[in-house]
Parts: sequence; structure tokens; C-alpha cells
Amino acid sequence: MAEGRITFRIIKDVLFKAVVILSSFIMIIPLLLIIFYIIRNGIAVINWDFITSLPKPMGELGGGIANAIVGTIMLICNASVLAIPIGICAGIYLSEHKKGRIPAAVRLCMEILQGIPSIVIGIIAYSWVVVNMGTFSALSGAAALAIMMLPVIVRATEETLKLIPESLREASLALGVPYSRTIIKVIVPAGLTGILTGVLLGVARIAGETAPLLFTAFGSPFMNMNIFKPVDSLPLLIFNYATSPYPEWHAMAWGASFVLVVFVLGLNFFAKVISKKWKVQF
Amino acid sequence: MESPVLRVENFSAHFGEITVLSEVNLAVQHKRVTALMGPSGCGKTTLIRCINRMHELIPDAGVNGKILLHDDDLYKMNPILVRKKIGMVFQRPNPFPTMSIYDNVIAGYTLNGIRIKKNEKDRIVEESLQKAALWEEVKDRLHKKGTFLSGGQQQRLCIARALAMNPDILLMDEPTSALDPKATTHIERLITELKKNVTILLVTHNIAQAGRVSDFTAFLYLGELVEFGTTEKLFTVPEDKRTEEYLSGKFG
Repeated sequence: MAEGRITFRIIKDVLFKAVVILSSFIMIIPLLLIIFYIIRNGIAVINWDFITSLPKPMGELGGGIANAIVGTIMLICNASVLAIPIGICAGIYLSEHKKGRIPAAVRLCMEILQGIPSIVIGIIAYSWVVVNMGTFSALSGAAALAIMMLPVIVRATEETLKLIPESLREASLALGVPYSRTIIKVIVPAGLTGILTGVLLGVARIAGETAPLLFTAFGSPFMNMNIFKPVDSLPLLIFNYATSPYPEWHAMAWGASFVLVVFVLGLNFFAKVISKKWKVQF
Repeated sequence: MESPVLRVENFSAHFGEITVLSEVNLAVQHKRVTALMGPSGCGKTTLIRCINRMHELIPDAGVNGKILLHDDDLYKMNPILVRKKIGMVFQRPNPFPTMSIYDNVIAGYTLNGIRIKKNEKDRIVEESLQKAALWEEVKDRLHKKGTFLSGGQQQRLCIARALAMNPDILLMDEPTSALDPKATTHIERLITELKKNVTILLVTHNIAQAGRVSDFTAFLYLGELVEFGTTEKLFTVPEDKRTEEYLSGKFG
């Protein structure tokens, strides 16, 4: 009887393990499928011309997505300029004030902001920027993306700086270094890797956003370097091409997806490498 | 005898309602090692953290009484200036992890934005590392990260960093408590060597260490300064019964 019980327990154990491992594999499947489909359908259209030339009017063969690539880079750079300084400063504030009402309120706001649907943020950016400027623009798109990026950066900065030992701050203060310099020259450099990783993940997060750009950056088939004019972006282009009735455009959407996914995966990979390579040892 | 470098007068410290030090009187003599010993929680660390005004960084912390550096009241000075004049070495070695050995030693200048010439910097770094008995071990790898050193070396690096600022007094908060016996011996030998040039106030919970390295010893118990005198006298003919009991291992 006792022996039978133990066997039963062992079987339960094995079953449990099998379920856990199997679930992990099931989780990987969608990612593998996505990558497989994108490579299969996208790689065919990828060539130098595809990356460097502008879209051609319907009916003409060829054409590329240079406008969307440039637009995406522009949007990311502008959003970063808006979000990174504010995000890092807010993260420093939260890590320095673990307790208290105001930090708790700020933290709550961050969480809520993170949960707001991206399309809503797009509408907000529309009513703030587009309506006031009277035109769709890269700037309004960047503003929307910056709002999406902000919580990621704040959270990463806060979590990284919280892990920096108190002894390091004391070492600096005991040398007579003022508080502000201690933060800027000792604490932030010690956490720079984590902050940078957070920024890169923030960029990766916004690189693929479509909804906030629908009524802000709007899209444009032309090469545009002016932040006050509409620009195209990879996700927007994919959305527009994939919903079109033309098979050639569908193929281009696959190609653009390929470029976008490679870019995002590359960023994630880069973030991993940085956090490993530049890890600060305490 | 010369006038003391540091005088603690009727000094009390508290965290909110809890008193951790009451009416402490103490004098630290020039170029001598003064040890603060006592069981855990007796307030010895609080006392030295009050001396370089790190105590007040904790919310709710407050003090009463005076601490005089030469004749200046520390609590009437800017804390930043106080901390430049009073060096501190902590329980655990805490070199700056992003900086090289060289940059760690000179950190007191660079972090404070004090501009000095390259050859002046070189001189300060070499001199400080030599004083901390670390020069020979690191002179070929000054531009490697300080965190790659062993625990004992890291602690000596922190001592060098404090010495580089030419402090009037060097506070050491149980500097060997995180180190192995060999590194401890090294640091103790260093302390006896350092007192030729530097005034040291050493916190220790190790009775034997106080006996080995200090000239004066203060015994703190439950926030009260029980006895203060030359180490020789305090260890051989203690006046207070509690000191005697502590030294003979009856408590603490």
C-alpha cells in the first residue's frame, strides 16, 4: 500500500514536470511561426533597392520602403529626445523616494499610463499637437510614441537604481560630494547599463506601434525629413499595404514586416549584450 | 599635551523618539588612535556617523550637544565641508564600481569638481596608495577597475581614497568586520603605521583589536559612554564594573 502510494506520487511528479516543460515549448511556437512566416514571405522582396528606394505608384514594378525606414528612425529619435530625459529624471526621483505619498502617486500614474491603449494615446496626441499645429506631422507621432515609451524608461531606471547599494552613496557623500553630484556622477553611472537596456527596450516597444501614428504621423509616400510634416513609418506602411487589394503591395508589407522584426529583435539582442558586457560589479 | 583634534561635548543623538546616544563626552588626540568599543547596538557607529554628519541623512534623526573640530562646531558648518575634512572608511569596502583604481583614489577631487593638474593627480594617487600600503600591489594596474581587487585590497583602496583628501581625522567604522583574518592583520598593521601622520577614530566590536591598535579607548554601552581613558589603563585597571565585565567577556 505504502509503496503504491509512493509510485503514484512519483508519477504525479513526472506528469507535473512534463506539463511545465510542454507549456514552455508551446509558448515558443508562436514566435517561431511568426519568424518563419515573415522570412518565408518577406525575404523574397528584400534587396538593396527595396531598402533604398521610394514606393512606386500602383502598376509600376519595384519600389521600396526607404520613406518608411527614414520615417521610423525619425520618429524614434524624436520620441527618444522627448522621453529619455524626462523618463530618467522621473526614475531617479522614484528610486530616491521609495516611500511617501507623492512618489506613490507618481508610480500609480506610471502604471496607469502604461495600461492606456495606444490608440487612445494617438487620439490625445492628435488633439494636442495635430489640432494645434493644423497638420499631421512627425512631431505629433513622436509625441505619442514618447508617451508610450515613458513608463518603460521610468520603470527601468527606478528598478536599476534601487538595486545600487546604499554603501556606494555613502562612499560618495562621505567624501563631501554634494547630493546632486553623487546622483549624477556615482549612482547613475553605476546603473547606466540597466538604464540603457531600459531605453533600448522602450525603443523596441515603440518601433512597432501603429495605432498612435494613425492620426499623428499619418503616413506619406514621399521622402520627408521635416518633423513638421507627415512621415511614413514601417508599421503604418505595413498596415496600409496589407489592407490594400493588391498582391504586390501584400508582398511589400511582408518585406517591411521582415525589416521591422529584424530591427526589433536586433534591439532586444543588443540590449541583452549590453546588460551582460557592461555589467557593473559591486 | 597638544589640544585635542576633536571634542565631543554633552552629545546626544536620536532616531525619532528613540535615544541612541546620551550625553557623550570624548576627546580625540592628535596623531593617536582612539578606539570606540562596545557591544552591538551601543551607539558607536551612530557616534562616528554623527561626526561626519552622515547620521542626519536618515529621516527622523536628530542630535543635541556639540562636536568641535579644533575649535569649530561641526554642526554650525556646512555638512559638505565637514565631510571633506573628516574622512571615513566603512564596514564593507565600497570602491566606486565604475572607476579604475586611479580614479577611485582621486575621486574626492574629481567628484567634487576640483580641477588639479595631471602630475599633481599622479602625485596624490601614488602618495595615498603608498600611505595605504597598496602601491606596490597595484602600481602596474592603476587603470583596472577597483572592484577586481580582493576584499582587503579594496578596503585599503578605500583608505587611500579617504587619505587623498588629507583629512583632519580619519573615521573607521569596523573596517575589518568584512575581512578575513589575514587581511585584518594587514589593516591593523596599517593603522599603527598611519597614526604617525593621521588622527584615527576607530569603531570596533572586537575587544582584542582595540587593545592591539589603539592608544585611547572609549567603552560605550547602551548609548552611554561608560569609560574613556588610555587603552593601557582601561584594559588593565578599568574603573567601571561594566567595563571590567565587558572586557572579561561576561556580556557583549
